[in-house]
Amino acid sequence: MKLVVAVIRPEKLADVLEALFHAQVLGLTINRVQGHGGETDRVENYRGTTVKMELSEKVRVEIGVSDHFVEPTVNAIIRAARTGVVGDGKIFVMPVEKVYRIRTGEEDQAAVTPVPEEVAAGR
Amino acid sequence: MVGADVAWMLVSTALVLLMTPALGFFYGGLVRSKNALNTLMMSVAALGFVGVTWAVLGYSLAFAPGGAFVGDLSRLFLAGVGLEPQGTIPHLLFMAYQGTFAIITVALISGAIVERMRFSAYLAFLTLWALFIYAPVAHWVWGGGWLARMGALDFAGGTVVHVNAGAAALVAALVLGPRKDYGRQAFLPHNVAFTVLGAGLLWFGWFGFNAGSALAANASASLAFTNTMLAPAATLVMWTLLDLARTGKATAVGAATGMVVGLVAITPAAGFVGPMAAIALGGLAAIPSYYALLWRARTRLDDSLDVVAAHGVGGTVGALLTGVFASKAWNGTVDGLLYGNPGQLGTQAVAILAAIAYSAVGTLILLKLVGLVIPLRADANAEGLGLDISQHGEEAYASGEGAILILPKGEASSSVPAVMVEAAGGRA
Repeated sequence: MKLVVAVIRPEKLADVLEALFHAQVLGLTINRVQGHGGETDRVENYRGTTVKMELSEKVRVEIGVSDHFVEPTVNAIIRAARTGVVGDGKIFVMPVEKVYRIRTGEEDQAAVTPVPEEVAAGR
Repeated sequence: MVGADVAWMLVSTALVLLMTPALGFFYGGLVRSKNALNTLMMSVAALGFVGVTWAVLGYSLAFAPGGAFVGDLSRLFLAGVGLEPQGTIPHLLFMAYQGTFAIITVALISGAIVERMRFSAYLAFLTLWALFIYAPVAHWVWGGGWLARMGALDFAGGTVVHVNAGAAALVAALVLGPRKDYGRQAFLPHNVAFTVLGAGLLWFGWFGFNAGSALAANASASLAFTNTMLAPAATLVMWTLLDLARTGKATAVGAATGMVVGLVAITPAAGFVGPMAAIALGGLAAIPSYYALLWRARTRLDDSLDVVAAHGVGGTVGALLTGVFASKAWNGTVDGLLYGNPGQLGTQAVAILAAIAYSAVGTLILLKLVGLVIPLRADANAEGLGLDISQHGEEAYASGEGAILILPKGEASSSVPAVMVEAAGGRA
């Protein structure tokens, strides 16, 4: 298993989610984060105070996937999140030692396999 | 008594009272979130502490007969202030209307000392200032004192309220000293929307402040009302253009500031100048305040919310321009420089200088006196933590997460995290 961590533009989140769901990637966690990635600093003025905002708003998406799902996941994110301007973000792929699904106690591959729809609906 | 006048003055009094909480929002949006409640409370406290002391003593010092410099004690505890006519309205209503001016004037000063003053010291200072600085200056101009006899024009309080508060703010900022990390870190407004909301409500209330100063529902009130609409509009336009020229962007903080500066500037002139003069006055008044504010930010003077630039400079420019644009054709009594009476400008300057000198020296003395009893500043830790928690024991934006309910003695204490924030004991 791998953990795919993507840092993307907030305004691209909806596109990325749509692309991931198209690619059958259904389990993910997001965080609103701030970061610096070499983009031009944004300048703001408040009366006589001028400030350079060194950190920009980003969204971090974390997705635990089975090995053969890494490539489709990464491709979906790249396709959806790219604008071509500095500040599009990064994707990190990391090894994962162990995964548990809390509801059932399933482990590893079974724990990151999407739940069939009838189970999710509680039938 | 005239029914229409009574009705308009009842409304005006409520309008001016609303300006103080509005100022709280105007200022509150400009500070960091950890000081939002403290900044609001600095205005709110004036409603209570000045409201009461005005009725007890302040009104007498300002409006009782007395001498050229201060009223006597004949109106102490509102003695002789009843329902008999004062002009065309009940004396009691006149007292209430004037009280709302004392309240907002003191609250204005708080902008210079936010985010660092100990709240108990502030309460002592604001009460004393309303009695011993505001009331005498009000007496000079409106209570039959020496500036009134000299013929200084101040329709609604450009000198009494704004120049006076601006001078006090300058001294208070110097005595208190800059905030921790001032000049090393950027302090950004935490809620610009509050600031714009506050400025809008100030403008609304200001119709009572300026048009109510006619003390009647008459032609003079209508002139002041119209000018209160037009002058800030011109300042807002000029401020926006200056913003666009300087940074290429029209800022909301700038728009809110511009509105307030325009209102300050038209205050002394409201019932004395024509509508086109009001537009000229409003546009002109933007320029000195705009650059004063830019210049101040580069100095060590931490007049945190620019009371000096907005009220001191704006009030001074407005009072001087009153002496330029005043027109007998509109006010029926006196002309300014443009209409062949250059002497009026000199009278205006004397009134401004007198208010600045008295307010600055008096504020210094009062702050030193209060400082002998209570330290003026919150200690450095309290300042770092934020004055909301350290001075008031509450937060403007509490999440409620991790708050454990403390039960009254005798009941079993709970270890379950409570959804509600515990009120009596502050933070858990």
